[in-house]
Amino acid sequence: MDVLVFLIPISLFLGGLGLAAFFWSLKSRQYEDPEGDSRRILNSDYDDRPKPD
Amino acid sequence: MVLSLPGVHCAACISSIEGDLAKMPGIRDARVNLTLKRVSIAADPQITAETVTQRLDRLGYEAHELDPGTLSMTETDRQGRDLLMRLGVAGFAMMNIMLLSVAVWSGAEAATRDLFHWISGAIAIPTIAFSGQPFFRSAWRSLKARRLGMDVPISLAMILATGISVYETWHSGHHAYFDAAVMLTFFLLAGRYLDYRTRAVARSAAQELAALEVPRATRVCDGVEEVVAISDLSPGDLVRVRPGGRVPVDGEVVEGTSEIDRSLLTGESLPAFAAAGSMLSAGEVNLTGPLLVRVTAAGKDSSLHRMADLVAVAESARTRYTSLADRAAKAYSPLVHVLALGSFLVWMQISGGDVRLAVNIAAAVLIITCPCALGLAVPAVVTAASGRLFRAGLLIKDGTALERLAEVDTVIFDKTGTLTLGAPEPTNLSALARDDMAVAVALAAASSHPLARSLAQAADVTPAAVDNLREVPGYGIEGQWQGQTVRLGRADWVGATPERVTAAYLRIGDAAPRALTFADRLRPGAEEAVAALIAQGMQVHLISGDVTGAVEDLAKRLGIAHWRAGSLPQEKAAAVAAMTAEGRRVLMVGDGLNDTAALAAAHVSISPASALDAARVASDIVLLGRDMGPLGDAVRIAVKSTKRIRENFAISAIYNVVAVPIALLGFATPLWAALAMSLSSITVSLNALRLK
Repeated sequence: MDVLVFLIPISLFLGGLGLAAFFWSLKSRQYEDPEGDSRRILNSDYDDRPKPD
Repeated sequence: MVLSLPGVHCAACISSIEGDLAKMPGIRDARVNLTLKRVSIAADPQITAETVTQRLDRLGYEAHELDPGTLSMTETDRQGRDLLMRLGVAGFAMMNIMLLSVAVWSGAEAATRDLFHWISGAIAIPTIAFSGQPFFRSAWRSLKARRLGMDVPISLAMILATGISVYETWHSGHHAYFDAAVMLTFFLLAGRYLDYRTRAVARSAAQELAALEVPRATRVCDGVEEVVAISDLSPGDLVRVRPGGRVPVDGEVVEGTSEIDRSLLTGESLPAFAAAGSMLSAGEVNLTGPLLVRVTAAGKDSSLHRMADLVAVAESARTRYTSLADRAAKAYSPLVHVLALGSFLVWMQISGGDVRLAVNIAAAVLIITCPCALGLAVPAVVTAASGRLFRAGLLIKDGTALERLAEVDTVIFDKTGTLTLGAPEPTNLSALARDDMAVAVALAAASSHPLARSLAQAADVTPAAVDNLREVPGYGIEGQWQGQTVRLGRADWVGATPERVTAAYLRIGDAAPRALTFADRLRPGAEEAVAALIAQGMQVHLISGDVTGAVEDLAKRLGIAHWRAGSLPQEKAAAVAAMTAEGRRVLMVGDGLNDTAALAAAHVSISPASALDAARVASDIVLLGRDMGPLGDAVRIAVKSTKRIRENFAISAIYNVVAVPIALLGFATPLWAALAMSLSSITVSLNALRLK
């Protein structure tokens, strides 16, 4: 059972990482237009390089 | 600059719009938002919304300008993100606690169990404190107002469950409800977020619609024209109204002759003549010649606003509809409290004063009865239904509109601008000789009068060579053709006897004048919509302010048995009231100011996006596109979604019937609570998704 000493913090850390990623995606407005974004992958624009800001 | 695009629906639309706008000089950036069906454009100041709208129109997309001032996008965004963040935190906590709980359920003992409970508590307490805030706040509000809302038992269950779990953990107890408390928060937040999304889309769209008519006027001051907001105008100012423009104020014509389209205010489809001395009302459309108007009343005092005030009165008189969810909550929340309190007292008796056991059981009852599924039952269905309707081009402005729409058994249509587009189309072109036609088209091409424009578009002949074309505003167009004077215009000006229907008159030289008759063009999908409604067993009425001939023709064409012409606004509202008194549930579909009182009085109301502000504000549902076809579908979906809501209530009731006795008897374990809660929530959501 000693392995729990490592496993629990690791699982919490990984979960926290996911949460942080979620916060980031929220802050960078990735949920503004879910429908449009799901269609945009069908466009061939910016396929070879990202859109310049 | 933000434009509403009711027609976008696919990836190709996005790339063609963005690609086309990117090529337009002066536009720096354009981005389409498909979810909200609008495009935001960053452009140089010389680019006006009108030029962009025209460009999009040529591309095949209907576009309306939105006033960015009233679009408080950022505010609604902030609230939505806030809820989403709380939801995310609750989801994270739920998953981690569940991981530990599964270990406890599968038999972790003694020190291991206590450790897992402590870790669960360390995650759960901050989560509840953060994610539960929306519920605590609204529970506190309703308590202060001495009411028992749905949020009171929810908050009580969360706090009690957490408190008991901490106590149990402290004393190395067997059961801790951290997982249940967090799961409750998560599912309820999900329901709350769905509810919020639907409302935010409706609200932003309602603002968007209020913004459709950007209120500006051209003021003439010492011969200099300047564009000002209508609110800055005062009586006595001179305002220029260009052909095709809407009269922004009440006023008197000082200079110029033209024709005035009053259809939005009165429902008349024939334009009225205006010259110096004529009185104009705000909301009318100037058709042919430029007019100089002296303001007699602007803004709040104008007839447009007085009509809107009338509507506000009708609106406030409307009985508030209690939605299914409200009724359910009203019956449910006292029951929950009584059950929990009762179980506490009874178990105190049975166990001979064992407070710990009694509180434990009361908490289990609260958690299990807590309306997880109930909180999802309505929002999930409404979200699914309004999403479907939005894609079909209908916007639900009011949450209870769907339920009310489902009860409708009578439909009243307005004519001009609702069943018809308010745009004329020629009806007797074939009666004319080809040469005469060529002359008529050549004359018509020189004018921007709606009759002339539609004539020029509809006829497929090469225009004759007519010289010296001259438009006489308010009367018609005159020219020279093969040495003869030719005229196209009003009956009295051409020298003809006026017909019963809308017509323009053509005179070539000294020959007898010919009438070119016009009929209002039917809105696309109107026939299907009316047919679908009749097929669903609705009684369909047509009530219009227009003349008998036009109304009768249309009623015959659409197969509407009950029709009435020449109705005043009050008569329309009275007709709705009379039918309501007979026990009918009336759906009113209208667009003009003359319909607004009736729209507000009806059980539920729909208006097209082209309608006047006041009409759209008074209605519950707005038709975004030009096509009326989705109307028949809307009623069907409304009926279905109400059925789903009832089913969802039944499902959550069944879960409670099974789970509550178990909790009351003291057999409920955290595992039971978790199972009942997640199963009922998931069934309810899946049931909502069945909506097709």
